[in-house]
Amino acid sequence: MRLQLQPEHLYLIEAEAIATYPNECCGLLLGKINRSPSQSLKQVLQVRPMINQWDDAAQDWLAEILPPDANHQRTQRDRYWINPKDMLEAQRSARAADQDIVGIYHSHPDHVAMPSECDRLLAWSGYSYLIVAVQRGSVQDLLCWSLDENHQFQPEEVQVYPAL
Amino acid sequence: MLNPNLDEIQLSREEYERYSRHLILPEVGLEGQKRLKAASVLCIGTGGLGSPLLLYLAAAGIGRIGIVDFDVVDSSNLQRQVIHGTSWVGKPKIQSAKDRILEINPYCQVDLYETRLSAENALGLMESYDIVVDGTDNFPTRYLVNDACVLLNKPNVYGSIFRFEGQATVFNYEDGPNYRDLYPEPPPPGLVPSCAEGGVLGVLCGIIGTIQATETIKIILGQGHTLSGRLLLYNALSMTFRELKLRPNPVRPVIEKLIDYEEFCGIPQARAEEAKRQMEMQEITVKELKQLLDSGAEDILLIDVRNPNEYQIAQIPGAVLVPLPDIEQGEGVAKIKEMLNGHRLIAHCKMGGRSAKALALLKEAGIEGTNVKGGITAWSREVDSSVPEY
Repeated sequence: MRLQLQPEHLYLIEAEAIATYPNECCGLLLGKINRSPSQSLKQVLQVRPMINQWDDAAQDWLAEILPPDANHQRTQRDRYWINPKDMLEAQRSARAADQDIVGIYHSHPDHVAMPSECDRLLAWSGYSYLIVAVQRGSVQDLLCWSLDENHQFQPEEVQVYPAL
Repeated sequence: MLNPNLDEIQLSREEYERYSRHLILPEVGLEGQKRLKAASVLCIGTGGLGSPLLLYLAAAGIGRIGIVDFDVVDSSNLQRQVIHGTSWVGKPKIQSAKDRILEINPYCQVDLYETRLSAENALGLMESYDIVVDGTDNFPTRYLVNDACVLLNKPNVYGSIFRFEGQATVFNYEDGPNYRDLYPEPPPPGLVPSCAEGGVLGVLCGIIGTIQATETIKIILGQGHTLSGRLLLYNALSMTFRELKLRPNPVRPVIEKLIDYEEFCGIPQARAEEAKRQMEMQEITVKELKQLLDSGAEDILLIDVRNPNEYQIAQIPGAVLVPLPDIEQGEGVAKIKEMLNGHRLIAHCKMGGRSAKALALLKEAGIEGTNVKGGITAWSREVDSSVPEY
């Protein structure tokens, strides 16, 4: 599977990551999945920034899912949370436009673009997880990941739409 | 890296003077300049990308430059195709390019191929060149150039441009990825707009074309790190460069021979569908429209589905602007329904394509209409020459 975006989608995501630094930004990748004999392609048609709603209440609520060792006090500097109600609403409006949620992006302030254990535990299979590494306020790296059948992240290729 | 026999390459006294700023660079030096003189580069297309890159390849002292193009210079080319001048409008691009190259550097050998690159002639044309530079404007030719370079084992220096965005990389160089690793399949016809449809900032071509020239020169010199394995993205509005890593596709099919690239890109199928759509579409010529408007018919609603900035350039009198994107999003359909009120709907755009698309969408919403054949371009040519053609 590959994730295909317009260059402007990348710019939008990176701008969000810089604007929210030193906190994590997050948002949804909306589009379509195209399967053909030679390739499977997730085509992003729209990037929808979401509000990072990580707070103590979210942490308490997730305490049952996240193991205790990952469960000390965290802030928006190293966690993001999208309210499931907002996800559902985004999914409804995407479907109305014949699109779907194909992935989720978020930033890692002053950290590498590798998924954390928390990212893995909360990840959904089938989604692309685009991570932007921001060091001291500027973008350093952008990598994409998706879960394999063992619920482990594997790298996924990011490409831009073809142009002439 | 190329391995020419440099023993036979000599520089004249005039060439030492001409290339002195290269010769004093340790990374170029006499050997590098001889490498450039020994090198041969084939440029496919002398348009937006080919123009700046040919100027710099010529100035740098590439010994042999080949140019493939079958087009003539049009006045709408001059905003970005800087190798061509005003006096060359209507004349072959390759002649114009050769004239300019020899004016810059008479030590270049320039070989011209006034032909459309095809699966039949590509291998023969490319065979005698060290490097191929892709400055083409359509997907079938992009795949053709790629596959021919893979079969002949030649580097393919790639660039693309659209509006304010540019991309560049080097394909098929030192076991690096090729175009099919990046795009195993072509996009559906019509999905990616050309510069003629979407516009392009002229100077963007200069940036991307000179990046292609830089990469070509680096490959010849064997210096630095090329863009092989990296797709460079440039945005002129934000003035940012960024990179995406490219990897050879582990399951890529082997390219064994050249194929029918029009077919591969779905062009004949798209043409057939377009022809079928046109058959089913009610049409009116611009002359018939003029008669209708002059007759004072009051039961007509003429809509213009172009973008507002195009409407500012030229209008057909009485046309109401309802841009196609608004129709696609639904609000334009509601607006037209409201205005229609028993009137007969006629739609136009620049050439007739977008208005046909708009009418197809309106038909789904139960609104029948007639398309203006040839759009405002035909109106400008056949009815009113004071309406500018753009």
